[in-house]
Amino acid sequence: MMKNTNIIIVGVGGQGILLTSKILGYLALDMGENVKVSEVHGMSQRGGSVITHVRIGRDVHSPLVDPGEADFVLSFEKLEALRAEYFLKKDGVLISNTQEILPMPVIMGNTQYPHIDPKQEKAVLLDALKLAEDAGSARAVNIVLLGVLSRFMDWPREKWESAIEACVPAKTLEINLKAFRAGAKA
Amino acid sequence: MKKLMIGNEAVARGAYEAGVRVVCSYPGTPSTEITEFCAKYPEMNCQWAPNEKVAVETSFGACMVGARALSCMKHVGVNVAADPLFTAAYTGVNGGLVIAAADDPFMHSSQNEQDTRMIARSSHIPTLEPADSQECLDYTKLAYEISEQYDTPVFLRLTTRLAHSRSPVETGERADVPLKDYEKNPGKYVMMPGMARKRHLVVEKREKKLTKDADSLPINRVEMRDTKLGVVCGGVVYQYVREALPDASVLKLGMTYPLPENMIRDFAAKVEKLVVIEELEPVFERDIRNLGIEVSGKDKTGLQGELSAAKIRQLFGDGAEAPQEAALPGRPPVLCPGCPHRATFFAMKKLGLTVFGDIGCYTLCALPPINLMDSTLCMGASVGMAHGAEKARGKEFSKKAVAVLGDSTFIHSGITPLVDAVYGGASTTTVILDNRITGMTGHQQNAASGKNILGDPAPQLNLEALCEAIGATVRVCDPHNLKEFTQILKEETEADHVSVVIARRPCALLDKRRKEPSHIENCRNCGACMKIGCPALIKTDKGVVIDHTLCVGCGLCKQVCPFGAIQGGEE
Repeated sequence: MMKNTNIIIVGVGGQGILLTSKILGYLALDMGENVKVSEVHGMSQRGGSVITHVRIGRDVHSPLVDPGEADFVLSFEKLEALRAEYFLKKDGVLISNTQEILPMPVIMGNTQYPHIDPKQEKAVLLDALKLAEDAGSARAVNIVLLGVLSRFMDWPREKWESAIEACVPAKTLEINLKAFRAGAKA
Repeated sequence: MKKLMIGNEAVARGAYEAGVRVVCSYPGTPSTEITEFCAKYPEMNCQWAPNEKVAVETSFGACMVGARALSCMKHVGVNVAADPLFTAAYTGVNGGLVIAAADDPFMHSSQNEQDTRMIARSSHIPTLEPADSQECLDYTKLAYEISEQYDTPVFLRLTTRLAHSRSPVETGERADVPLKDYEKNPGKYVMMPGMARKRHLVVEKREKKLTKDADSLPINRVEMRDTKLGVVCGGVVYQYVREALPDASVLKLGMTYPLPENMIRDFAAKVEKLVVIEELEPVFERDIRNLGIEVSGKDKTGLQGELSAAKIRQLFGDGAEAPQEAALPGRPPVLCPGCPHRATFFAMKKLGLTVFGDIGCYTLCALPPINLMDSTLCMGASVGMAHGAEKARGKEFSKKAVAVLGDSTFIHSGITPLVDAVYGGASTTTVILDNRITGMTGHQQNAASGKNILGDPAPQLNLEALCEAIGATVRVCDPHNLKEFTQILKEETEADHVSVVIARRPCALLDKRRKEPSHIENCRNCGACMKIGCPALIKTDKGVVIDHTLCVGCGLCKQVCPFGAIQGGEE
């Protein structure tokens, strides 16, 4: 990979965002790339908006992706996709689950969930929850989306799968590999 | 093959490679994982202390008798540890002593944005500041060399973006560092006035030597590029500067206290304009200005928040403004489904209490929909504040007020103010949210959890016996017995003595029992259950529905439904 690749991963605390960025980081390193990943720990994980930054490439210094500089936004939830859209380059790709998880202000009836579609031209919107459930667990949404991302990156399938194997608990491996393959061909 | 590590893991690896034997810390975001990773190495004796002061005293004891030791904490933890630290700077060390202090610019998970570099200056403790995970490992090892060579504790200062960012790390082997001999030396370690006066002179001399040596320390380095702009920076900010101003000359400070004065003078003379780019306080900027060098930076960056490449480009580069986030409904963090704090705060709200709050997951109860916290100051402050309020407004005020804090927070700093309340003849009520774990920082064991850092059985502090011994009246109740708990809370707030109500129920994330989710039939949409603020309950025009993917079947909503419309879940 000659130029830097910037990836933003967003979702709701508890959706496995940290694990996804960890797999991507592991994979990039395994592919011989320089990589930096910025995570969020602590209070915001409690059901709040969570964002991680993954930067791959020789000239990467900052662990953060600047707004307007992301090649990919990987979103596990629709509102979070809308929130993260401003990170994308003009020709960047938005990959998002269409699932809607209501935030507390909406649950309380204080505001409406924005039922609008992302504006990004290059967008892959899919029901990743359905594919994850078909693979055996609703919790595998993150790996389904990782599968979709794999279609846009020229890394061999077996490298993706060995990165997943290295990072997920052994007992969930089979479900996660199924989820990844479902995303990769969805 | 290199390994991808968060900064905190790399610090732990550095401690391991440096031959550290004792690690003692109190958890605090963003520092927590250092000690957790340390515990994975059986060569290091690791423990969660009740607070940062005890942690540093334990490490200092180990260091005085010849071992390399480490204590890790967040920036505000440094305040708690300041008492032993400021004097340990006088005594110096035997085995190396390093304090890893993690600052939190932008307050991702903190109550203030204080800058450990300021504490370094007031305590005269030299400070190293890495800029990526590899440097986290390397500087940790170097910190032990400096500590022993200069006979001083050393700060390793991190920030959130460094502590929680992964980058590739090349690891090495653990050094064989034997215990140093221990010889009695009261002139060095007994800090009574006559001896401390002599040691203070040693501190001054040491600092002068370090300042001189800093000029040739390889971790301070000059990168000459275009000479129009020279930037002085350190830590993760260096990475932002390289990204945003690739042509600028840079003086990267690896030791951020004391500063390499001659190196700075030389650098300033070579560039047309000198700026400091730093987060938080204008620490470098003031130091450099004190050298009589013209410099600026803080006028543009301000004191608050984090920097980024985009922000630096805007302030010091081409001025281009980055795209902004769209205005959308926020998604603030919430208490987890099944969280026991929800019931505790529901009961307090029903009684209309003034709530002196504290630091933990339960601080979220200050937000909608619970909206029930009058104050949050620092670890353990709730207990003393409730006492102070009674002194100001009388016992009647205490009948409608509580101090609320978690088990770990109580052990950290809530015990002494409880002693004070009893001694002061107060009638305050303290609610200990005893969820059997240190929750918000990610489930660390504590003295009352019955397990050590490895998860093995450990002696368990008996909270009720402790509070009774202090002289408080103690009641224990599961807050999910909502009626009984509310009654107890009412009795104890109205009582004329110091009470402790222990709301005991494990953290919902620890409760591995799989319970049937609750369900609703014939909802009359009265909204009563919505007041508990559970993310699994969703209000629709046709009534409230339960999100089965989120519901853990705790049964709290069933207890508050006036029409018996909710079934299932825990009885």
